[in-house]
Amino acid sequence: METRKKLLSDEDFPESLEGIYRIQGRDFVDAGIISSEVKKSLQGKGIPESIIRRIAVITFEAEINIISYAEQGTIQLFIEPDAIIIEANDIGPGIEDIDLALQEGYSTADDSIRELGFGAGMGLSNIKKFSDIFELTSDVGQGTRLKSIVKLNG
Amino acid sequence: MNLETLIETLGLKCKCCWEKLKTTEVRGGYAGDLLSDVMANSSAGEIWITRQVHQNIVAVASLKDLAGIVIVQGASPEKDTIERASKEGVPIMVTDMAKFEVVGKVYRLLSEG
Repeated sequence: METRKKLLSDEDFPESLEGIYRIQGRDFVDAGIISSEVKKSLQGKGIPESIIRRIAVITFEAEINIISYAEQGTIQLFIEPDAIIIEANDIGPGIEDIDLALQEGYSTADDSIRELGFGAGMGLSNIKKFSDIFELTSDVGQGTRLKSIVKLNG
Repeated sequence: MNLETLIETLGLKCKCCWEKLKTTEVRGGYAGDLLSDVMANSSAGEIWITRQVHQNIVAVASLKDLAGIVIVQGASPEKDTIERASKEGVPIMVTDMAKFEVVGKVYRLLSEG
């Protein structure tokens, strides 16, 4: 509940907030729809295609993580003058060992997730790789917060 | 090389987005069944060769601006996959060839220019 309350405070709605998207856990049918929305909302604003594709990877992986592991979550998109910021917050089991979760190849995905071609243990490391600044915090049993910043000026 | 030439040369069967074949330029290829691998390592304009058939592949191709998806080994894309691909404008092709053979042929074709 703490996460939800925090999302609704004024502090979390600065002028640069471009969109806030809700994601339901286990809804693999709609996977990728939020990332497409985010991509579309970045187009036509003079943002380089290469930056948009990096954001697309980050958002997709964040979206898939929420769908795969959390009960529900949100992705927020901020467009700052010098950077694009993606924040993903979820209510879910959280991550016990963040360093381990960031290791490429480590995954807690079950077979149903793997059959779809997900759960290869690349999601978080992809997000880190495509971000200029990457922050991941988690409270076990409550949820996970991810912040990814991509700078516009390289 | 445009997608139409590639499809004809390799004898692939197109399942949707016929109107885009002539204007879609294929700049390379990427093969893989792990979506995060394709997300991270494919480049815009590449043709994606995979055995996955569910609709999440359309999101990956669309987000990465890939030229299209070739589904190998006689696998049939799910109905939802074709619907979503038509909506998002992602050409999907199928073939009975195995992935290794498709990759080899696409590679040779693109190297020859």
